[in-house]
Amino acid sequence: MRFLSASDPGLRRQLIGLAILAALLLVALPLGLDAFRLNLFGKYLCFAFVAIGLVLCWGMGGILSLGQGVFFGLGGYAMAMYLKLEASTPEATKIQSTPGIPDFMDWNQLKALPLWWEPFHSLPFTLFAIIALPVLFAFIIGAAMFRRRVGGVYFAIITQAIAAIATILIIGQQGYTGGVNGITDLRTLHGWDIRPDSARITLYFVCAGLLLLAAALALFVQRSKLGRILIAMRDQEDRVRFSGYDVAAFKTFVFCLGAAFASVGGAMFTLQVGFMSPTIVGIVPSIEMVIFCAVGGRLSVIGAVYGALLVNLARTSFSESFPELWLFGLGALFIAVVMAFPSGLAGVWVDRIEPLLARLLRRKTTTPASPNAPGAPEPAPLARDPAAGRRPGAPSLNALSANPLPATPMTDAARAAL
Amino acid sequence: MFEEPSHFILTVEGLTVSFDGFKAVDGLNLYIAPNECRVIIGPNGAGKTTVLDLICGRTKATGGSIQFKGLELRRMREDQIVHAGVGRKFQTPSVYEDLTVFENLEISYPRGQSVFGALAFRRDEAVKARIREIAEQIFLDGALEKKAGLLSHGQKQWLEIGMLLIQDPQLLMLDEPVAGMSVAERRKTAELLNRIIQDRSVIVIEHDMSFVEDIATRVTVLHQGKLLSEGSLAHVQADPKVAEVYLGH
Repeated sequence: MRFLSASDPGLRRQLIGLAILAALLLVALPLGLDAFRLNLFGKYLCFAFVAIGLVLCWGMGGILSLGQGVFFGLGGYAMAMYLKLEASTPEATKIQSTPGIPDFMDWNQLKALPLWWEPFHSLPFTLFAIIALPVLFAFIIGAAMFRRRVGGVYFAIITQAIAAIATILIIGQQGYTGGVNGITDLRTLHGWDIRPDSARITLYFVCAGLLLLAAALALFVQRSKLGRILIAMRDQEDRVRFSGYDVAAFKTFVFCLGAAFASVGGAMFTLQVGFMSPTIVGIVPSIEMVIFCAVGGRLSVIGAVYGALLVNLARTSFSESFPELWLFGLGALFIAVVMAFPSGLAGVWVDRIEPLLARLLRRKTTTPASPNAPGAPEPAPLARDPAAGRRPGAPSLNALSANPLPATPMTDAARAAL
Repeated sequence: MFEEPSHFILTVEGLTVSFDGFKAVDGLNLYIAPNECRVIIGPNGAGKTTVLDLICGRTKATGGSIQFKGLELRRMREDQIVHAGVGRKFQTPSVYEDLTVFENLEISYPRGQSVFGALAFRRDEAVKARIREIAEQIFLDGALEKKAGLLSHGQKQWLEIGMLLIQDPQLLMLDEPVAGMSVAERRKTAELLNRIIQDRSVIVIEHDMSFVEDIATRVTVLHQGKLLSEGSLAHVQADPKVAEVYLGH
């Protein structure tokens, strides 16, 4: 298993990054936050699933999807349908004119449960559908678009149109989908009440665990030859095609994978928030998901998670005080990231902060007489790792290669920053 | 007039492609024997690059047939044509600039080319040895860890040739492999090509006559999508029709 040996500096850095993230999500946040705030963070983490998928699709493969909200919604609605059916027992709905069907169906004069709702009585089917539905849908879109060589801006516009269509469809078919209100008043998952604080905390841990699993899977894909092919395809699609690769199959695969990630995020969202509505499916949320990914760093799986956390945190704090300004602020943030930090937070970390830490640390260890650098040992695990410190420009950002880059340009930048 | 078709590795007959009524290639016949090095020349717009595009599947023909070892390439996808044994180098060097020379060659290594094959691909000793061997041939054994974007123009051309070599194609198609190279690079490239064309068939598009003289078995002259003349370089150069096309107007 040479592949897993720590002698590979790129892998070592990623494992450290993953470990720090795990410590933050599984230890630091649960210890530092009350149940309400933790639940809020759990909600943010759901969007991190989408951001991770976008790193693979968009950052690596160059496939910009502005319709990830649709896949998020597929997972979210599948879970909501199961929970709603469980909440709509004949006893609980006996005041309805047709007891035993979801309340919004009754309000819309439906007399029986639609046939396509029936399978969602089953939890195993629902869990299967949460993965299978978005993958199938993404496969159909991918096969239709990528086989015909539709890409770039055209693909982005088409996916955006799909997001718009999905919202209109959900709102229009009120009797079947709950319409603009969505599916609300969800209570139990297989008999287990999801509403009390204790359940919320459990769900947070499930969500964080799944997210770490998704991040590990994404890192594996990124480090495999498939990851390098995605980058090659982004830059020289024809060369990849004429090197014997079925380019459309690779694009379809990564698009399906991104869809599955988004869908799992959607299902966890429903569980933790307690409802699902079309406002999380449409164009604006889909674009926001791309912004989470861009802010975190579209080539960095770990960075995308932090991007989703920070932007959502900012939204909660800003939109409480300035609700009208939030969207403008978000737009400005996106422009700033694209213009000034195309590699997002991950790029800032690798290009600026790490060299700075490495420099401070080196000064401290080689000349103990010099004044202590304030705040230097703060993000300790990375700084303490001498291999990471010596390699300020190492390509963890795009995480493609195990080859250390020459350190000079980045350290110069760090010096300039000092 | 010609040998039995079965003796040819590539048999192109009646090949036609029209773009909105303009026939870029018009009823072209082309027969390539095993181990032959065929050079295609012709004035600008003669359809030289289009012929290569048609053979490798980048452009779909509107008529005619392209038989490679008994396979009809017109009905195949680009990647299937590659797997059948046809390699194509583009006119402008196309390498993956964000990846290292090693990774560039690795992607062309003919294993793990399906989606799940690529996920399971491991960089074992056989892969490394083969990449080192090819890198030596293309004068890049000292630059394996370098990002391809940092290579010189000539080195990028060599890298792309190496990416084809690692697949060991039976038919190699090169579009102006020495264009934009310095004199020294050109000499090295001629030496490289002379070495690699030994055990395979090659189709080269080239303008440089001294280079053509160096490598060509036979020369095909195209003009306005049609075959104008074919034979040895001396024969073609003596053909009054060729002189007419090149000097006439």
